[in-house]
Amino acid sequence: MLETLSRPKPVSVDTANGSAVSVTNLHIRFGADDSSFTALSDVSVEIPTGSLVTMLGPSGCGKSTLLRTVADLVHISDGSVSVHGQTPRKAREGRDFAFVFQEATLLPWRNVIDNVRLPLLVGKREAGATYADPEELIALVGLKGREKAMPHELSGGQRQRVAIARALVTRPRILLMDEPFGALDEITRDKLNEELLRLWQETGTTILFVTHSIPEAVFLGQHVLMLAAHPGRVKEFMKVDLPYPRTLSMRDTVEFIRVTAHLRTLLGEC
Amino acid sequence: MANALPSHAEGRALVDRNRFKMLDSVGAVALRHLPATLAILGCILLWQLVVWGFAVPTFMAPGPLDVIEAFGENAGVLWSNFLPTLMEAVLGFVFGNVVAVLLAVWFVYSPLAERAFYPIAVIVKSIPIIALAPILVLLVGNGIAPKIIIAGLICFFPTLVNMVQGLKSASPAMLDLMRILSASNSEIFWKVRLPSSLPFLFAALKIAATSSVMGAIVAEWIGSSYGLGALIIEATYNFRSPLLYATVVIAASLAVVLFFAVSFAESKIVRWKPTTDH
Repeated sequence: MLETLSRPKPVSVDTANGSAVSVTNLHIRFGADDSSFTALSDVSVEIPTGSLVTMLGPSGCGKSTLLRTVADLVHISDGSVSVHGQTPRKAREGRDFAFVFQEATLLPWRNVIDNVRLPLLVGKREAGATYADPEELIALVGLKGREKAMPHELSGGQRQRVAIARALVTRPRILLMDEPFGALDEITRDKLNEELLRLWQETGTTILFVTHSIPEAVFLGQHVLMLAAHPGRVKEFMKVDLPYPRTLSMRDTVEFIRVTAHLRTLLGEC
Repeated sequence: MANALPSHAEGRALVDRNRFKMLDSVGAVALRHLPATLAILGCILLWQLVVWGFAVPTFMAPGPLDVIEAFGENAGVLWSNFLPTLMEAVLGFVFGNVVAVLLAVWFVYSPLAERAFYPIAVIVKSIPIIALAPILVLLVGNGIAPKIIIAGLICFFPTLVNMVQGLKSASPAMLDLMRILSASNSEIFWKVRLPSSLPFLFAALKIAATSSVMGAIVAEWIGSSYGLGALIIEATYNFRSPLLYATVVIAASLAVVLFFAVSFAESKIVRWKPTTDH
């Protein structure tokens, strides 16, 4: 498994101890000048390479917008975003990141393995790039034997597993996740959280994870980026001092409770 | 390995079980359609009894037995008039739907074209077909062309509307996904937009299958000497009521057969169900 996923790291400064994503004085405005709406105002943050950063904030704080800006889905009004030293557009074209949506967004007319293969069939493929084996990825997310199943035959949690396998097939260096487990029940969510952590530790992929759940943000994150709303801005970028591998029982430790309480207070101020 | 393969006896048992399963399914289908079959037979019987009981003259309303007789007597006439109507309906179905699908694709990629031509499509749709038929006869003559055009026009509108909606039905998240994968417009069309439009397209094609027969027959009413439509007019004017009824039965059967042909194609092509994540 490890061999399939660990991508040969290019020798450059940003991989040593630099930032996978660096956001500088970012402003995002939607709409025309007179009726424009400011989604993000003067956001600056550095996402260290290989880290797992969770983004938290009240609704309307622009956490999804920030993620979508990194993914080149939103036009930058002012400031800059750099992904491994490149513009989001170049990073997208170079398959530097993959995106996991809240909905699994599988193509319902393709079976599991064909959905996982989709990124290998469309868009610009770099010459000589090596991709992960779809079958191994399906096994990695625990769906071995369901390769030929159609999406409507899977549960919500299984569909999201397929979506994660699809995201990993291009061996992205960054995984952008927009409330990926938000629509799932708590038990499935806990399980997928643990598996995501395992995956992150095995692959060394940088993960940016948007959530609206404080416990989820703390359980997963090395760092938690808290945003405030109206306009969206950085409230706090804090480190979570809990060792990995993390287990679900850690949610009862003093440190976990201290951090979640602190974030809850911050959220109240936003 | 030995216990993985069924023994000879077990193999026989498996075959038998499958045979029983097949018999079961045939039986189940028959049982499911039994009420409808009985009801239809009952109606036909009632019809015959009313015709006999009230001594209804045959020219006014023939009984089922008269109609069956008419089938036998006029088999040649019915067949030779059935073929042109079938051809008109099928060609109209094909042309009407192909034009509608191509136009829908154009509309989806060019909002300007949609704003410009959608109203025209609505206007054409609002002209009663029966009023359009004489106009077309004057325009393109009395051959097969006006019939195909009318059968096509009647298919055109439902398919256009549904196909536009279907091509727009791809979820925003799916389109975001394709953008992140740097997919080209044609990849997005073939891999996302077209497949997601198919359930919408087939809903329209099923309507079009039956209405194309209606279009062909209506077109044949206006100055035509062949086809089921012409036969209906001729049989009516000559008080050959059993032949009229037989013609109507053939026309209805044609529509039903076309409908089931489209349904069959749909069941082979659209083998997925939409998934909702919430």
